[in-house]
Amino acid sequence: MSEATASDHIREERVRREAEAPATPATVETETKGTDSAVTIVRPRMTNREKILQIVVPIVALGLGILAWHLFVTLNEVPTYILPGPVDTVNALLFDSATLWPALWVTVRITFSALAVALIGGVILAILIVQSRLFELALFPFAVILQVTPIIAVAPLILIYAPDTPTALMICAFLVAFFPILSNTAQGLKSVDHNLMNLFELYGAKSWQTLLFLKIPGSMPYFMAGLRIGGGLALIAAVVAEFAAGSAGQGSGLAFRLLESQYRLNLPRLFAALILLCCTGIAIFALTSFISWLTLHKWHESAIKREN
Amino acid sequence: MTDTAFAEAPAAQQAPPRRLVVTMQNVSKMFSNGTLALKDMSLDVRPGEFISLLGPSGCGKSTALRIIAGLGQASTGTIDWPSSKINSKGLPEGDVGFVFQEPTLMPWQTVFGNVYLPLKLRGVSKSAAREKVMENLASVGLADFAEAYPRELSGGMKMRVSIARALVTRPKLLLMDEPFAALDEITRQKLNDDVLDLWARTGVTVIFVTHSVYESAYLSNRIVVMRARPGQVFSDLEIDQPAERDSAYRTSEAYREICEMVSDSLQTAIHSAES
Repeated sequence: MSEATASDHIREERVRREAEAPATPATVETETKGTDSAVTIVRPRMTNREKILQIVVPIVALGLGILAWHLFVTLNEVPTYILPGPVDTVNALLFDSATLWPALWVTVRITFSALAVALIGGVILAILIVQSRLFELALFPFAVILQVTPIIAVAPLILIYAPDTPTALMICAFLVAFFPILSNTAQGLKSVDHNLMNLFELYGAKSWQTLLFLKIPGSMPYFMAGLRIGGGLALIAAVVAEFAAGSAGQGSGLAFRLLESQYRLNLPRLFAALILLCCTGIAIFALTSFISWLTLHKWHESAIKREN
Repeated sequence: MTDTAFAEAPAAQQAPPRRLVVTMQNVSKMFSNGTLALKDMSLDVRPGEFISLLGPSGCGKSTALRIIAGLGQASTGTIDWPSSKINSKGLPEGDVGFVFQEPTLMPWQTVFGNVYLPLKLRGVSKSAAREKVMENLASVGLADFAEAYPRELSGGMKMRVSIARALVTRPKLLLMDEPFAALDEITRQKLNDDVLDLWARTGVTVIFVTHSVYESAYLSNRIVVMRARPGQVFSDLEIDQPAERDSAYRTSEAYREICEMVSDSLQTAIHSAES
């Protein structure tokens, strides 16, 4: 996780500007495959083909998977209460929307509010830790205790203390999402290039300037790794905590609907709920990846395609 | 061409102040692990000099440079910057430019943003700084790359950005810590010429740390040879040569003689440390 995004920006990258000046880079020759096209035409065509492949191959593969599922169910005449086919699942998605969509909304709301609080808390605490050694030492035992305790084991306790179930679920999701964000951000804030620190000191930078112009931008790759992990974990925690809460009724989320469908052997609806959860997970991943790309694509190696 | 080094005192142009830029007296530096990195170093730096600190690795030349920059305290001895304004921390704020061994650029900032940094830290607005930043980028030949990110540049270009950044505050003193050690020979010679050109144009005082006899002989008008264990000044050589240094000078007899003299001194320094 954080190791993967560690500051490897010292590594020398190919110098595109210099390579483009004379039209004889060795890399292009391997790509032309004997065509007489000019260099400038060859390059976009290659990337276009690659782009199309990038979109088409996953879609076709997924379609084939669904088709195989459909064929397996229909050819073997598997009853719906054991394994519903894709058609039954889509039907359930459409006809059970009155129960499924509100439940999805509850789960999404819990996940995102937990993630938002975890982001604010994690970043503020990370900054405090980095700015004050005393604070770091004082916080250390609590951080370790909270981090090594499986948060779900605390869920029953939180259910007792919290005013209502949604709040309890939110606290659980928050606790799970909080630590990756805190530890990644703190690690990032500490991993600033020492020479750059010296440079800031040389120019008499105030500590808020060093924080704002050096430590925070420098920690972005780490923070983004924390955000992606935290986003995924928040959803998992929101679901697992609802299993633990076992609440029922109007205000319940997708996890309860999953359990309910299982008790009633309503497998199409169970599958539909699973698909909704899966889509939510994908959406969170896409959103956090996009934010990460937006912040890093101009400068960080992790967001740049390697050219060889 | 204006004399940028003394821009704050225009009246002094007829009789430029001959106050020392840096004066070190018996400066020693002991690291926390007990290593004596620098022992009794005394050095007076006159304005407009190009001094090379030459010596084997471990001779304390980088340590000395950091102390001169105000990064890290001397354990004993005194250091002063007589011609600079001293801030509350006892350091010559804004009068020192530093070029590290690595380019030390912020990868998330453009070339412009990196050069703008020293002015930004002083509270100069971007629009007010633009002219100065672009002027300095132009002086290292990178005006067209203002919006590029450091990763798009070659090693030599990154170093140029680093030099432009060091000069953007118009410092009295430019400190360079083996700035070209990681570059290839061709780029290195080009940058040596560029540094000499900038030195001649701006009148800045340069202290240049290197372990190359040839580089120090080519660039400097004063070479301070150091010896290791403990780091100490071994000899202080005045290079009495015309300021005009170019490819012809590289192959001249005078240059060869200086190289020989400096090389001899360095050899003696190394052997005296071993015995």
